[in-house]
Amino acid sequence: METYLADSVDVVVIGGGHAGCEAALASARMGLDTIMFAINLDSVAMMPCNPNVGGSSKGHLVREIDALGGEMGKNIDKAYIQSRMLNTGKGPAVYSLRAQADKAKYHTEMKRTLENTPNLLVRQGEVTDITVEEGHVTGVITESNAVYKCKAVVICTGTYLTARCLYGDTITESGPNGLRRSTKLSESLKKLGIGLRRYKTGTPARVDKRTIDFSKMKEQKGDEKIVPFSFENKEDDIKREQISCYLTYTNEKTHEIIRANLSRSPLYSGVIKGTGPRYCPSIEDKVVRFADKEQHQIFIEPEGEDTNEMYVQGMSSSLPEDVQIAMYRTLPGLERVRFMRTAYAIEYDCLTSNQLKLTLEFKDIHGLFSAGQFNGTSGYEEAAAQGIIGGINAGAYCLGKEPLILDRSQGYIGVLIDDIVTKDSPEPYRMMTSRAEYRLLLRQDNADLRLTEIGHKYGLISEERYAAFLNKKEAIEKEIKRVSKINIAPSQKVNDFLTRMGTSVLTTGVKLTELIKRPELDYDVLKEIDEERQELDEAVKEQVNISIKYEGYISRQIKQVEHFKNIEGRVIPENTDYSLVPGLRIEARQKLASIRPVNIGQASRISGVSPADINMLLVYLKG
Amino acid sequence: MLAVNLTDTIAAVATSAGNGGIGIIRVSGESAFQICDKLFKAKNGMSIQQMHSHTIHYGTIEYNNAVIDEVLLTVMKAPSTYTREDVVEINTHGGYRAVNAVLEAVIKSGARLAEPGEFTKRAFLNGRIDLTKAEAVRDIISAKTRTAMEIAVNKLQGKLEKRIKALRDDLLTLIANIEVSIDYPEHEEEEQNRINVSKTVEECLSEINTLIKTSDTGKIYSEGIKTAIVGRPNVGKSSLLNALLNEDRAIVTDIPGTTRDVLTELISIDGIPLIIADTAGIRESNDAVEKIGVEKSISEINSAQLVITVFDGSRSLTEEDKQLLDLTKNKNRIIVVNKDDLGICEEYKILDAPVFISAKSGKGMDNLYKRVKDIFITENIDTSSDVLISNQRNVASLQEAKNSLENVLNTINTGMPEDLLTIDLTRAYEYLGQVTGETLEDDIIDRIFSEFCLGK
Repeated sequence: METYLADSVDVVVIGGGHAGCEAALASARMGLDTIMFAINLDSVAMMPCNPNVGGSSKGHLVREIDALGGEMGKNIDKAYIQSRMLNTGKGPAVYSLRAQADKAKYHTEMKRTLENTPNLLVRQGEVTDITVEEGHVTGVITESNAVYKCKAVVICTGTYLTARCLYGDTITESGPNGLRRSTKLSESLKKLGIGLRRYKTGTPARVDKRTIDFSKMKEQKGDEKIVPFSFENKEDDIKREQISCYLTYTNEKTHEIIRANLSRSPLYSGVIKGTGPRYCPSIEDKVVRFADKEQHQIFIEPEGEDTNEMYVQGMSSSLPEDVQIAMYRTLPGLERVRFMRTAYAIEYDCLTSNQLKLTLEFKDIHGLFSAGQFNGTSGYEEAAAQGIIGGINAGAYCLGKEPLILDRSQGYIGVLIDDIVTKDSPEPYRMMTSRAEYRLLLRQDNADLRLTEIGHKYGLISEERYAAFLNKKEAIEKEIKRVSKINIAPSQKVNDFLTRMGTSVLTTGVKLTELIKRPELDYDVLKEIDEERQELDEAVKEQVNISIKYEGYISRQIKQVEHFKNIEGRVIPENTDYSLVPGLRIEARQKLASIRPVNIGQASRISGVSPADINMLLVYLKG
Repeated sequence: MLAVNLTDTIAAVATSAGNGGIGIIRVSGESAFQICDKLFKAKNGMSIQQMHSHTIHYGTIEYNNAVIDEVLLTVMKAPSTYTREDVVEINTHGGYRAVNAVLEAVIKSGARLAEPGEFTKRAFLNGRIDLTKAEAVRDIISAKTRTAMEIAVNKLQGKLEKRIKALRDDLLTLIANIEVSIDYPEHEEEEQNRINVSKTVEECLSEINTLIKTSDTGKIYSEGIKTAIVGRPNVGKSSLLNALLNEDRAIVTDIPGTTRDVLTELISIDGIPLIIADTAGIRESNDAVEKIGVEKSISEINSAQLVITVFDGSRSLTEEDKQLLDLTKNKNRIIVVNKDDLGICEEYKILDAPVFISAKSGKGMDNLYKRVKDIFITENIDTSSDVLISNQRNVASLQEAKNSLENVLNTINTGMPEDLLTIDLTRAYEYLGQVTGETLEDDIIDRIFSEFCLGK
């Protein structure tokens, strides 16, 4: 096949989904000549599954992406149609922001941003080959035989590689939403010695709003107070009319239909070979696995402002279409529902991700990076989080800069990447708050304090934003210092106030910080008896309150982090030959040799490496 | 890179001295089979190299053309052995002398006498046991130089592990329960299945307290009991000491750091070590001109954990005897009335639980041993099967776990949001993991090197 040289750039991003967009934007914003390929430009930043961004731990990811200078937070702030802060009663670390998106608008806004970013070209086309010479990436070739020379490539192919969609006996060889799949790139990757595996996921049906009886469901409205995802936005910048979601339930009838038709599910008949996620299972999975549960929650969510399509969250399925319709119609409010799109499962090739370094670069191919669902994760936010890191590190690689690795104490992004390259996840990986050991420090409200500095270092934060960030930081520190010095005397006024707040009165003077720690009180309400207080920005007040109120817990968590850093600090030399370490068990020897952990901490997190193995390794390294 | 010499073949007596008629010599290392082949003549004519792993063979140990003993020899091939090396165990059935003679022959044939705890060290270095177990073993054997303890402790450690794991499981369930509600905030129905956190935490706390209590017993086993033998001249203190020492059960060693001048003897009473100070002083009492004054006794009594007050039962109580009784009344005390063979005066029988013995004939010694155990082993612990915490590091970890769980209760009581529970629940979970070796501690490398004199 005759090829021609089409272009020479710094970075090529393969794929225009959530990972690809962040990767391309980060790289271009770092000043690198970047091309982002997508199979179809109309599907850039498409949300092929749920119509929302954020939620438990995923909301944290979005805020971290924003703090690093990424786009997802800003984009959802433009495209949201409902916003809620969940988990507010459970502690500051687990507040989780979730917004319903207008899918079409989300796509349009992201595409607009991409198209108007300097150094970035968005190009429709299928990449079929990645070229590597002497262990270094040299470029990509597209289906039109065009050669694009480049220094670095970021693979963000999502669920498109050799994908097929299934429900019942209906099998389509396509990517999500009937989009064309990519078959040749898998072969090219295999030729490069890259190990792939097969994962599956699924999506529920989209139904016609006009055929739903919402009066039989519970309405869920958006919050009155809107918290923007982006630290650059204020509530007033983005406040708008919101659209409701609705809650209904499955019942015994639904479950009966599912059980009666299990044999017609490609999953249970063995047609689907890929491994699915336990965390967002299909409805048939839930019914089989939790047989004693009488009902499951189902949410009806709008797909956008300009469409009647409604997403039926919790009802993803690969059962035949007739079974799907029958079971959907057993739900209160869906008795006369009409389908617009059928639920389906999708199978695709993805990476066994322990071939990556913590930078998301392949261990054995310089300049080749990968991010997103291709790395075996699930979720838009997980994809975007890897995308920005992959983009930054592809850029850093071209510029000869230090790569960016966030550790588990710096952010959920650090936890996510460490998990996927270190632990062998047997199923699509989903971010969860429970995966973050130090989550009281990794709150969504302080993501900017944790990461803006880093984003700025890589050139992704404007000077204006950086100056505002430094001001905020200073204001927080100053106020904490001021408050810590204040003593409150047991005056009549104070005790009247305390009585009114439903907390015990004072008999002797106490520190103001002690009062902030009382469950009935907080920093904000105490302004009544804190006479010298100046009105501060909401975000500053929030930080002051949390820092003081949870001081004891925060300091205990900081101790844990110190311990973690000690172990992470024990570096394992890159050339360590594990066959020379005495006393290691065979499984541990193999795992260590294949994952090549960079330090003892990472080594200890590899499944199949026991504490005894770590002891042996320590003895060997010290010897 | 590894500077530890694991190529030597080591040997030691693996049974406690004088425990019945059998003694076991354990040999471990690359040349274990080769060395023992030089000595062992199997009845069936096989060489050890030819034997299957984990088989027992009858034959004789011969050295310098002389038969030392008839033995049963167990062959265990690496890696399924305690040390993960080739191991031979020689079961002698002669007494103490035969055991020593066999050991000597093994050493002269190329093995090296094992250092205290060296089998365990090898088990550790060969990846057979983890550091926590190795440390537990070392804690005990450091005081007693008894290889046999290694196995026993391991078994105990296994039981401890089981109980710690049960605790960790409970905590993990609690944590998971909270995490689910946090990770799936939309799913209100999960709220109904919540576990009662306070109740579980309180149960865990009570179990941890029980475990911490066993450490007192563990400490006794690992550190020994400082014992004073006091009494007037000529009541038989020296005979008692000799009776204790002459018993085959006694292991006589130097306590590290002491010299032969200040004589200290270590006596094992069914595994409980009694450290008897100033044995020279006790022996002197045989001297006609000795004068052990009351003052000297007072200082001894004060520093002792156990006082054995000896009386001559064949004579009436003297003023000095009564003074001694008064001095020791608030101590852990055993009143020993000696010279049972000469007939006992009635007045002794009304003393506080006296033990009647004849140091000369050995009569009544068993009662004395039993009394020692009754005093110190208060937790009804069966050392061969129950959990026993002997490692101070384990105690410290349990204490930390306890503090963390108390923090959890405090968090609940002060009405803090539930996510904050997970911080201290997780800490408790990790501290417990230190006991089983499942939590990686950051000072681990220092521990390894301080415990096992490794290095270049």
